[in-house]
This record gives sequence, C-alpha cells and structure tokens, in this order.
Amino acid sequence: MKIRHRTLVPFDPQSTTRLREEQHGLHPDDVYLKPGRIPHIWCPGCGLGVVLNTYINGLKMAGLPVDRTAVVSGIGCTGRVAGYLNMDTYHTTHGRAIPFATGLALVRPDLTVTVFSGDGDLFAIGGNHFIHAARRNINLKILCVNNFNYGMTGGQAAPTTPVAARTTTTPYGNFEHSFNLPFLAYASGAVYVARWTTFHARHLVTAIAESLTRKGFTFIEVIAPCPIGYGRPNKLGSGLDEMKFYRENSLVQNDADPREADIGLKGKIIVGKFIDQSRPTFDQVYEENILKKFTRSA
Amino acid sequence: MSTPGILTGEFFINGDEASAEGAIAAGCRFFAGYPITPATEIAERMAKRLPQVQGLCLQMEDEIASMAAILGASWGGAKAMTATSGPGFSLMMENIGLGMMTETPCVVVNIMRAGPSTGLPTLVGQADVMQARWGSHGDYGVIALAPSSPQEMFDLTITAFNLSETYRLPVFVLGDEVVGHMSEKVIIPPPDRIPLVTRKRPQPSPECYLPFQAGDDLVPTMACAGDGYHVHVTGLTHDEQGYPVITAPVHERLIRRLVDKIRLNAAAIIRTEDVGLEEAQVVVVAYGCTARAAREAVDHLRARGQKVGLLRLITIWPFPEERIRRLAEQVRAFIVPEINYGQMVYEVERSAQGRAETVLLPLMGGAIHTPQEIVEAAEEYLS
Repeated sequence: MKIRHRTLVPFDPQSTTRLREEQHGLHPDDVYLKPGRIPHIWCPGCGLGVVLNTYINGLKMAGLPVDRTAVVSGIGCTGRVAGYLNMDTYHTTHGRAIPFATGLALVRPDLTVTVFSGDGDLFAIGGNHFIHAARRNINLKILCVNNFNYGMTGGQAAPTTPVAARTTTTPYGNFEHSFNLPFLAYASGAVYVARWTTFHARHLVTAIAESLTRKGFTFIEVIAPCPIGYGRPNKLGSGLDEMKFYRENSLVQNDADPREADIGLKGKIIVGKFIDQSRPTFDQVYEENILKKFTRSA
Repeated sequence: MSTPGILTGEFFINGDEASAEGAIAAGCRFFAGYPITPATEIAERMAKRLPQVQGLCLQMEDEIASMAAILGASWGGAKAMTATSGPGFSLMMENIGLGMMTETPCVVVNIMRAGPSTGLPTLVGQADVMQARWGSHGDYGVIALAPSSPQEMFDLTITAFNLSETYRLPVFVLGDEVVGHMSEKVIIPPPDRIPLVTRKRPQPSPECYLPFQAGDDLVPTMACAGDGYHVHVTGLTHDEQGYPVITAPVHERLIRRLVDKIRLNAAAIIRTEDVGLEEAQVVVVAYGCTARAAREAVDHLRARGQKVGLLRLITIWPFPEERIRRLAEQVRAFIVPEINYGQMVYEVERSAQGRAETVLLPLMGGAIHTPQEIVEAAEEYLS
C-alpha cells in the first residue's frame, strides 16, 4: 500500500520548557521540581499540592539527594505527582505502580523508590499488588493520597468511599463497606504505617522523612480534600472547609490499633503513626539466603 | 560455589530450558514470572540459574505484575525477561503497551498453547500470532521471533534481547508447546562467540538531554534510573523532552516514530530460512513447530524432483511482505500450515496480492500437522 502522510509538525527545541531556565529557579525548592512543568493540573482546593510540598520537605528532612530517589506512580490525579518532581519519575499504568517499582527497586537497591498514587489506583485495580509487595517487604515507600473517590474521571466511588457517601456512581449513597487502609497495610506486612491529613502538614513531613529512612515496605495514608469530586456531592464545602473539618475531627492517636481506624462519612478521623517495626526486607533475605551461596565469578 | 554465567557446551535440554539459558547468555539478570503451563520450566530454570550469576528471579502475584516488574527493572538498567503462555500473555497486554509507549527494552516469551481462554493448557497452539501483533490497544510496531527447535529457543532468545536493546521495545519470542517441551541437543557457544547488544546511553549533559528525541534510526538513547538525567517516563503521549502533551501533532510524531522504527528497519530485522525457493512452483510458508513438518514435506517432495520450496519465518513480525510479493510472481500457490484457524495466512494472502493462490492448512490445536497433509496440499498445485 502507499501511505500519504499529513505533514509532520517537527519538534521545536526552542519550545522545550525542560531546558528553559528563566521560569525555573526563582523558588529555592525549584530544584525539586521539573523545569517547565508548573502550573499543575489539579483543581483549586485539591490536597495534592500540600502532599507534593510535604514530600519535598520530607526528602530534605531525610537528607536524601534527588539523584538517589525515584518516584513511580499509577494513573489518576495523584498519579500526576511523578511528572512534577525533578528526579527519575515513572508514570505507569493504572494500578501497576507497585509491581513496576518492585522491579526498579530490586535491581537498584541504591535508589529510594517511592510509589505515589491514589486510593483507587492502589487499592481497587492495584490492590493485589499492594498486599503482595507488603507481604514480600519490598523496599518501597508508599504514599497513598486518599480523597475517597476517583477524582480524575469525575468523582466515582472508590474502595475507600465511606458508607452513605454520594458519588456519581453511588447516586443513592454508597452501601459498600470501605477499606480501612492502615489495617490492610498492617495485616499485609507493612513495617511502617501512618495516617495524616493534609491539615497535618508538619506531622506528614516527619512521617515521610521517617518512612524514607526505614528499610522495607512503608505505608502512609494522606487524607486529602477533593472539593470538586467528593466535597460537592457530599456538601462538605470548599477545600478550606475540608481542612477545617480535618482540624476539628482528627484524633491524633499514635500507636493506635489499626483495626480501630475506620473512617465514616462525617465521623472522626484517627491519625498518627500506628506501626513502626522492622523485619528483614526481600533484598536482605535474598542476599543472605540465596546470593551468598554463589560467588561473583560470572 | 562457583558457576559460570554461560554454560558453554552441548546439552540435551528442552526448549523452555534453552530459552532460559539464552536469556542468561544474553545478559538477562532479572526475571519476573507467574507459573503457567507450558512455560513454567523457564521460570523454574531461571529461579535456579539466576542466583548463580548474581541475578534475581521473582515469582510475582500475576502476569500483569510480572510484565510491570520487568519494565521497572529495565529502567533500572537491567536486561529483563518474563515468560508465559496465552492466558498470561492476555494479562500482559496492558503493560506491553506501556513498554511500547515508553520504549522499554525487555523480552517476553510466549510458549503458545491452544486457546481461547484456558483452552488446552498442556497442548500446542499457534493462535497468539495476531495477538502478538495487535494485542495491546493503540498503534505500535512489534518484533516477534518464532523458534522451531530448542537450539533456536536458545539462539532467538539472545536475538530477542539484542533486538530489544537495539530498537528499545519489548520483543516477543513466540514459541509453542511442542518446541518448548521438546528435548534436543542444544549447543551453547563460548561467551566470546555470542554477540551482545546493549542499549545506547545518552552522551550529553542532563541540561541538554532530550530523552525521547531520536536520530536517523528513530531510536532514542536511554537514560536509566540513577543516571542523573531526571527523566519523566509516561504512558501518556509525550514530547521529545518526555513531558505529557495531549495534542494531535505530538501524537502523530510519537506514534509514527514508534511504528516506523520497526517498519523502516524491517529489512535489517527480518530473518527467514529459505529452502529451494529459486525455482519453486509451490512455496510452503511455516513457522515454529509447524515448520518442522513443513521441512519434512518439502524435503520429501524435492527428493522426488518436485519444485517445492519452504519459506520458514524466523521473524514473524515484522512480516516479510516484500519476499511474499516477489515470490507470488513466480509461484502458483502458497501453502500455509498453522495451528490455528488462519492468522499468518492473512498476511501471506495480503502480500501475494492475488498473484498466487493462498491455501490455509488449519489445525485448531492440540496436535501438529503431518508432513503427509502438507505434501498432499502441495501436490494439488504441482503439474
């Protein structure tokens, strides 16, 4: 067959925002952000800006250089975090950030690999990968931004949507029991489990820094406002109103039993560091029990 | 305990085991897989052998995760492989698409059994040929190799790694149950006789590096994790700097390159084995285990002085359409035996452009063709 192509619009190197300096470097934290990627795509009032900021500050607190870190994300609003961070970042398929990161982390133990994704990505389509990576104790830092719904697609129900909450796919109120994520993470084998809201930015920075320095599979749930997708149908007000709600309804209970950490539609939110323990990681056991049997002759 | 990376010598092993040895000889040091008949022996061999060469073999929770894990490992700089059969190959399609879009070198071995669905788990099929070409959504170019013997399972797994590193994409080894489970002599050459290719890495400083800008070969250099280039890798349509750009012109540019890097390099990629094609009146086109019966049939007819040839497809994708087009001007018929209800035959018929008859010898799966039925089909077109 003959092909009659339409004229290709060539890439214009002058247009690259990546290489342009003038937009970049005005803020001291710009070193952590990819040049030319701001403004971001998130809605007004969204909690993801806070989470991005706390991650950067967590890196600083942990003293981790960006060249020794990588971020892997799935699909969704939180999945877009990877694209803004000035490090090696991988925006993968829906739900598959953890197995992709598993391969990356295992061949590159010199890198600290963080998985940044949302509640739907990590616990609906990606739920099976989550429990198995936790069981294996792969050295991954999981940051789950839980906004109780699928924001990117316009506010559908998620496995974290509280009972009675309205979403576009639960127009009569959600009647399914929702996941208690810290309990799920703990039961699956995570060595570090914490939950904070975007209101608790300083606690969150500390938690992120702690998790970055722990060996093994760590899990932080960040409760974040989604005023457009989740707030509006549930009459929760603006993003600021949701922050006020977190301030008034969060109970800081470090070492709380994760089984008690369920979240209702307008009930109290138990936050804190629930689990901080240690057990051998996958790569430690593999090195010790398997690789040491063989010399490095090949 | 010291074990060499490459087991130079002669071995009596099956095709699955030979594929695993080929991978190790090619420099594969990461394998992620999930048990599935008739490909399990590859995972078992890798589980035993990879630690001996300080590599890592991981049994994942499913084939989706296996495919994702080898993409992650590849971006970590490793040569990585997974192996499966039809049901697992279906699950891998999602992340095969990610591998195509992000141009991630790796190898996917599919030891074909008969489908659809669970089908005949322990018995042979060749019905994943079109799935290998078109299985993941969207447009992309593919490379698939079809070994006909355990020796070729070894050789072509190495070739698959070299092609994947050259053209930066997941490359398929489309074996089948017969070739995977058949034991034959496999010769493993010394390491210095095995040519290996490693992906091109970037030269420029990170400030000037455009991770998805390609040169004349249409293949960009690859900066892996930790190299300091801070690359953003996304399954979204992206521009040359790797940033998502959701527009038709950028999509046009990216997808044309993903397809053209294979299409325009097809002549360098395609390999066939030709038997008696010069004066053939009838040509049997076959691949995989079916090519063994075809070879027997063609040898038999040629011994009787009949003008019959064999075009054995070693590379099945990209398809050698130009070869078929030229042969069609000289032959009366193409005979296409395959263990499916017609897949590769469509390519043969399309490329023949009506200049020669195309005859399908289908077999739904669970058995192989006899040389006799191929002989009989060819005889109808021989004077």
